[in-house]
Formats: sequence, structure tokens, C-alpha cells
Amino acid sequence: MAGTAVLGRLTWRLAEVVRLVDETPRVRSIAFDVPGWPGHRAGQHVDVRLTAEDGYQAQRSYSIASAPGAETLVLTVERLEDGEVSPYLVDELRPGDRIELRGPVGGYFVWTPEDGSPLLLVAGGSGVVPLMAMLRHRVAVRDGTPVRLLYSSRTLEDVIYGAELERVAAVSDGIEVVHTLTRSQPAGWSGYARRIDDDMLAEVSWPATDQPAVFVCGPTRLVEGVAAALVALSHDPLRIKTERFGPTGG
Amino acid sequence: MSYVSRGFRGRRREGGDAARIPTGQYLTDDFPVLSAGPTPHTPLDEWTFSVMGELDEPRTWTWEEFRTLPSETLTKDIHCVTKWSKLDTVWEGVSVDTLLEGVETAAEYVLAYCDGGYTTNLPLEDVTGGKAWVAFGYDGEALDPEHGGPARLLVPHLYFWKSAKWVRGLTLRAEDEPGFWERYGYHMYGDPWQEQRYWGD
Repeated sequence: MAGTAVLGRLTWRLAEVVRLVDETPRVRSIAFDVPGWPGHRAGQHVDVRLTAEDGYQAQRSYSIASAPGAETLVLTVERLEDGEVSPYLVDELRPGDRIELRGPVGGYFVWTPEDGSPLLLVAGGSGVVPLMAMLRHRVAVRDGTPVRLLYSSRTLEDVIYGAELERVAAVSDGIEVVHTLTRSQPAGWSGYARRIDDDMLAEVSWPATDQPAVFVCGPTRLVEGVAAALVALSHDPLRIKTERFGPTGG
Repeated sequence: MSYVSRGFRGRRREGGDAARIPTGQYLTDDFPVLSAGPTPHTPLDEWTFSVMGELDEPRTWTWEEFRTLPSETLTKDIHCVTKWSKLDTVWEGVSVDTLLEGVETAAEYVLAYCDGGYTTNLPLEDVTGGKAWVAFGYDGEALDPEHGGPARLLVPHLYFWKSAKWVRGLTLRAEDEPGFWERYGYHMYGDPWQEQRYWGD
């Protein structure tokens, strides 16, 4: 079957924190060294398991931000104020700490250059993370796929990977990054300043006749709205792959 | 063997509800939405539900016919493989026993199929004997399209991806065949109490 990964049993591995990067006041990237990591495809995620001294455990899923084959496995985690796991990952972890993770998980929300069509990425907030793995993969393998990323953030301060996105768009042929800032905009902002809507998608997306591969990731309301709008713009529903995170979790 | 995470305390749940939450799950009051693609919107006058495969006469109900079948209201705990669990969810639906009443079949499995191309596989004995429903109501309202409306499978004793949204029918099969997520590495059976999330679990 196309796209089917041949998977063995997903065993828990001890991953060591090697580097921390503050992306925004609420978001941190954590680079891990994972001995025995079997490799992943862009868009997949891992399960993280934390264990307290008395044996209590909590698990969550996090998208992988790093490109396949990158030196370290990078997770980018947003601190949910009410969360159980994300505050630990964002605030407590230090280089040298180890946590358990297993993966890669998921094989549908995955992009490879062999797809051959233009790539449309639509992100809301930390939904940009698995899409960043795709963009980084595109750059790392010097693939020529035309890519447009439409990325909705609340404020400029909330933009994750801002500098890297700017650099990638500037130096790469065929990569365009379009931001919209929904809550507040810096002085002189000339970009979009509203939630993603039908008009914005019609302006930014590839025409349906190009049959782009579309990946949408963000909060449920954004994903539902974007997917429905793209279907209305005659995009093939089977070319639109979605991943959502609700307000729950943590 | 687990590795203790330095400084991690977690948020334990005490009391009666703790026993209702399988290992690795956390409790939520929300109802998160997870699906692989756009939400389908099949008009009710085009909607049908069918039972196909290993039986003498395939069966098909229109929406109107389906809604005249006896239905029941149930209160169930549900467990999603993405780690959330939700307690005491209230559904209205038609028992799969009702849909299969009088059917003679040698099949041991079913493959549920859905609008949008989604499928999921289950043993026949896990959707019969009062264990599964085709649900059209949630919390006293019509089931929202985001959550699988007009109707979804409800198999609350398995991880919730088995409760396929936008379900349109069941194919009775002699042999087990992986469905959509099962082909991508998710467990063929999916018992949350045994943490059967992925292949090999």
C-alpha cells in the first residue's frame, strides 16, 4: 500500500536533552540525542512519557520539528498554562536530562518530495511544527518543490521559527512564507492582519488545478475552516491532510 | 522499566474516577476533534447505511428508515489514542445488533467504511452483544459533523479511532483487514486497558 510504513514494535527510548532554544515566551524547542532512533518522515510525531518518583506516569504526543536525518531529534513544545506535561518540558528540562519517548508515529500526515506537486502548508500557532519539518526537509535535500506557507499567529512575538522562516524564504527559490497576525501588529505591518479566511486562501493557495499537496495544522476551528474553504475552492478533499490540536492536553 | 523524570510530579487523579482512566490517558472535559482530512457533509437525503459482504442479502437503510429503527440512549466513557479520556459521554444510537438482526454469516470481522474514505477494522464479536452502536445523537443534540455526524460508529470499549466518524456501512469479512489508521501503524484491536496503541503493543 502506498505510504505504508513498515514498522516494528515501537519501543520506549531514553532521549537526552542536548540543546534548548526559546522560540517565543511560551514555546521552546528541545533537541534530543536519541540512541537507536530509527528515523522519521516529515510530519510524524512521537509519544513522550514522563514518570514521577512514585511511578505515576503521563504521556503526550508531540510533532517532530526536525527534518528526517537531522543530527538531533527536535520537538517544539508550547506551554499550556493548565497542562501537566508541557510546563515540565518547557520550563524544567535542562541539557543532560533524559526522558522517554517512542516513535515515529503516524504515516498519513507526511510529506516527501516524491509527491511531485506544489506544497501548500497552512499553520495556526504551534501547528507550524510538523509543517516546519516538511519545510526543513525540502531545504535539506535541496528539493525544488514550490512551497507556500500561510502561517497565522496572534502577534509577531508569537511567531515560532520567525528568523529561520525569513532566512529560508530569502535564500531559497520557490519558498514563500506569508504571515497573518490576528491580534496585534507591529507599527508598519503590511501583511495580513486577520484570521485566515476564504479570500486569504484564494489569494495565497495554489490553484486547485495544480493539485497541490495540502497540509493544515492548528486549532480545530482554524483547521475546519481552512479545509472547508479549500474544498469550496475545488481542491480534492483527499489531497487535504489535517492535523488538529484542541485546547486540551498539555 | 521506566526512567524517573527528574523533578516531574504530575497531576494525579484521586478518588473513584482514577480507576476509570486507563494507563497513559488523561481526563478532559472538552471533546477534541481529530480527523485526517476535511469534514464531509453528506446531505441526509443522500445518506444510507449498508451491511455488505458475507451475508445472503446486503441491507441498506435510508436516513428515514434508519431513524425509525429502535434506538437507545447510553452513557459511556471514551478513550482516544491521542491520550485523552472523557467520562460519562451521552449518546443516542441504534445498536449494531439491531442492524445485524437475523443475519446469518460465517464472517468473524467487520470493516466499517465512511464518507471521506476512512475505514476501520473490528472483530464481529466486538460490535455485537450490546457493545457497539451507530450513534446519531450526542448530549441530547444531533451529532455535529465535526464529531462524525450525521452518524458515527460507537465502540466505547476500544480506542476511539475504532468509533469511525461519518460511517456509512459495515462489510462483513471472513478475514481481518487493516483499516485506515491500522495500516499506518495503529493497533489492529486497540484495547485501551492493555494500551494497544500501535503495532506490537
